[in-house]
Amino acid sequence: MLYIKNLHFKQISIIKSLIIIFGGRDMANKRITEMGLPKSIGHIFAARNIITAKDALSLTEFELMELLDVGLAQVKSALALISEMTSPRYQTVQTLLDQRKQNEYLTGHLPTQLKGLDAALCGGLPFGALTELVGPSGIGKTQFCLKLSLLAALPSCYGGLDGQVIYIDVESKFSSRRLIEIGINSFPEVFCLDGIAKEMAGRITVLRPGSLTEFTESLQEIKVSVLQYKVKLLIVDSMAALVSGEYEQGPQRQHPLGWHISFLKSLAEFSRIPVVMTNQVRSRGANQISQYIFQESTVEDDTEKFDSRLVAALGIHWAHAVNIRLVLESRSGQRFIKVAKSPMSPTLAFPFQVTSMGIILLNDDGVEMAGPQINAIDHQGHSDIIFHGDER
Amino acid sequence: MEVLRLPLSASQKGKLISAGYTSIASLSSVSPSHLALELKVSETEALEILKSVSDGSRLQSTSSSFTIVNGAQSAWDMLQEEETSVHITTSCADLDSILGGGISCKEVTEIGGVPGIGKTQLGIQLAVNVQIPYDYGGVGGKAIYIDTEGSFMVERALQIAEACSADMAEYSRLHHKGPQACEVKTMQPKDFLENIFYFRVCSYTEQIALTNYLDKFITEHKDVKVVIIDSITFHFRQDFDDMALRTRILSGMALNLMKLARKFGLAVVVLNQVTTKYADGQFHLALALGDSWSHSSTNRIILHWNGNERYAYIDKSPSLRSASAPYSVTPKGIRPSDSNNKRIKHV
Repeated sequence: MLYIKNLHFKQISIIKSLIIIFGGRDMANKRITEMGLPKSIGHIFAARNIITAKDALSLTEFELMELLDVGLAQVKSALALISEMTSPRYQTVQTLLDQRKQNEYLTGHLPTQLKGLDAALCGGLPFGALTELVGPSGIGKTQFCLKLSLLAALPSCYGGLDGQVIYIDVESKFSSRRLIEIGINSFPEVFCLDGIAKEMAGRITVLRPGSLTEFTESLQEIKVSVLQYKVKLLIVDSMAALVSGEYEQGPQRQHPLGWHISFLKSLAEFSRIPVVMTNQVRSRGANQISQYIFQESTVEDDTEKFDSRLVAALGIHWAHAVNIRLVLESRSGQRFIKVAKSPMSPTLAFPFQVTSMGIILLNDDGVEMAGPQINAIDHQGHSDIIFHGDER
Repeated sequence: MEVLRLPLSASQKGKLISAGYTSIASLSSVSPSHLALELKVSETEALEILKSVSDGSRLQSTSSSFTIVNGAQSAWDMLQEEETSVHITTSCADLDSILGGGISCKEVTEIGGVPGIGKTQLGIQLAVNVQIPYDYGGVGGKAIYIDTEGSFMVERALQIAEACSADMAEYSRLHHKGPQACEVKTMQPKDFLENIFYFRVCSYTEQIALTNYLDKFITEHKDVKVVIIDSITFHFRQDFDDMALRTRILSGMALNLMKLARKFGLAVVVLNQVTTKYADGQFHLALALGDSWSHSSTNRIILHWNGNERYAYIDKSPSLRSASAPYSVTPKGIRPSDSNNKRIKHV
């Protein structure tokens, strides 16, 4: 809460409204005194420095009996009340669905304008979810991100979201020139208007944090501005670059980005915007782990077969956290975009090209992929086939 | 039984012991006013102490009437109960058959697997399937879906509910030809979605609070037959420095869930993530949260890739044989694996 001190007085009202939106849901730090416990026991809690629900619920009934010096029945009823007040309220799925249909444009999706992909994802990248792009360098991740930020900035009459975009550019790859080029080529009817290029590019805010700490700080600020200005998309390009120095393979109890995962997720969810992140790849380690202890080892065939394969950086914990994972790869001279993880879509692969319009799909049907190959990231003959759309 | 074991506060126990009352028997014939005088407490407090003493001793005396220990059940009674116990279908026949009919009510079942294998899909499928009415061989209950990760997709739930509703219509058309057909009501997708109570949990404190509160919630909504937690892991994998605290909170939560499952005869399904574990000189995949957590669930199912097919493997169960079965994730939800159908046809 330290950073609050640095803010202008004006912004305090915004923070107050934020507290209603975020803090209102942050029941964990709700004070016990505000929960309507009987006064006598409420005072005992306060006297023993058990202030928040988090403090109380981290202790067992017996520890509380010792600490507060009261009987079991009283502790039980107090805990029951604290639990009830701290629990989130339920909604039926039907009411959730109705709300989305009512309040949100395109029932809460950002269309990628790649027809096949949009159909597979039921309309585009869903609001309130994390979408991840994984692929080798130069495959077109940043191109995809640029296109997406244009789409979110475009006026809604042209299929956009008509909002602001925050683009966190860790690797310094963002190119305004390329952005406008993609715009002119894919939406000539919009970009022929006078001053529109300036307006569209003006809606995209680029941040360049130099370290993980700086990134953490800017995230805190973003939380405020997402609600203040109509931000409709947040892009982080790339997440892996932030930790590539510090991250090592092997079992780890705590992920270096653990906090960021939950923060980005809650940010996406409570402000109902799509969050897009890119992830790098690294080569498959010698003893790449894809087997449980009860499975028979088939490592020997694998080493031959998967030699040219890559895996996503940031490991399995990260992969659990993202809602949608799109893998970009090149296989025998052709680039593919694959829906590797999605609660909605079957495991489809679409061939694509990078052109002056950004990414375009070669066909909209997609090939269904069988088995775990959907997660594999191919890199064959990639260097020969880079299609220089820019130079045309 | 000793005074120390009474549910009293520490200072009251201290006073009793220092006044010489160490066993419950010694307190049985004391009057409240006498006790108040001796312990230097108010008379109402003394009355409360004596009340808890009589509660404690009653608990001991009635215990011998039916079974040897109060609250216990003989193995024979348990067998009777088990035979009448119900299962929630997974919509995949092979998976149901290795699970002895589906996800068992009254038990805690843990399901884990790599990202994208279909854990959330299975969770949503169960939340829909639990509502299949008795007439169709289902449980006819409602579902609680606790989302800790934000991975629940409303659109997907709608798809699965639509498919389930269509299947039910098909079933009634096949089995009730004639006038009966109109009597059996078919459920609309909307009904399915109305009966899923969705809780979004944003921190581990909320998660503990909710597991405590569920008891009351389910007492108010008696027809809840499945509680799905997707996933138990998420909040416990970050912002935890004190691993001992984590273990204790998790085991407390597991106990609570088991109690719920038994008390209300409902199925608790806990989804878990995977992590890497070093054993026998090699890294392996293993379910997250460590060894002590692995004791907390009754059944443990691991979803994994086997070649090009998705398989479910029973890793741990007191009553089921360890086995594995293929399944597939289709636009309609969880369904039997295609190639397996072919194999059965050959036989």
